[in-house]
Amino acid sequence: MEVGQMQRRLAEYTKSLFMEGILDAQFLQLQQLQDESNPDFVVEVVTLFFDDSEKLLNDIARALDQQCVDFKKIDAHVHQLKGSSSSVGAQRVKNACVAFRNFCEEQNAEGSLRCLQQVKQEYNLVKNKLETLFRLEQQIVAAGGSVPMIESSF
Amino acid sequence: MLESKNGMKDGLLNSIKAGPPALLELSSKITALVVDDNTLNQTIHHRLLDNLGIQNQVVGNGKEAVDVHCSGKNFDLILMDMDMPVMNGIEATRKLRSMGIRSLIAGVSARSAEKEKQEFIEAGLDDYQEKPLTTIKLASILHKVKKDG
Repeated sequence: MEVGQMQRRLAEYTKSLFMEGILDAQFLQLQQLQDESNPDFVVEVVTLFFDDSEKLLNDIARALDQQCVDFKKIDAHVHQLKGSSSSVGAQRVKNACVAFRNFCEEQNAEGSLRCLQQVKQEYNLVKNKLETLFRLEQQIVAAGGSVPMIESSF
Repeated sequence: MLESKNGMKDGLLNSIKAGPPALLELSSKITALVVDDNTLNQTIHHRLLDNLGIQNQVVGNGKEAVDVHCSGKNFDLILMDMDMPVMNGIEATRKLRSMGIRSLIAGVSARSAEKEKQEFIEAGLDDYQEKPLTTIKLASILHKVKKDG
């Protein structure tokens, strides 16, 4: 595939992530902070997000699996996950966390388990999509092209 | 239409957008301290400040922020998280104010409930921004540093 075609494919793919609400404007903010002196800033931050999220999802699952569930502790973990996801613009993970916190407040174990599944699903989705996005970018760079700057017009 | 209301803020944003020369003049002399326990936030806040030419140091909790000041360092701006281990942002802000630290302290937290925010602000904040921090939010904080400084 020629570089121009790959660049158009990347642009379309990125746009779809915003259209589907998987990413929000915060992700554009991160892209704007990436420059020649910080060429891997977005990948670096997103990798930290993956590490953070996986640890928190494990902590939440473990806490929900106890005989006597500590909802305050779970709420603190979900709050952290909400913070991390909003920092990278993973909008659907963030929204799922907001819903989750309501069930924590109600001390609703069944609802919390359902929310955990929902958050996990949204997390896996955004992880998958971001990995694909980075792969497309790498392919363009490997073919000698440059990754076009995304316009925040949509 | 925004000019009458936010004229000064817009002016600052324009100078940020105008690129390095205007930017350097504005922020090269400002020093900042990032206080946050989360590596992800540390990385983003550090880069946001760096991007505006603001020299900054990062610490992992309120106690470390207090210790840095005890060792004699001073900053124009402190970006303070709220929920942190060892010493949270509320305690740290109170402690710093009681030590006579007059830096502009901006609370930066994901907490949005009025009551939680209020306690943090009353501890001695000059400004409060909800996470995630952006260049625009940072610019509105910097405007206060400039005005006060």
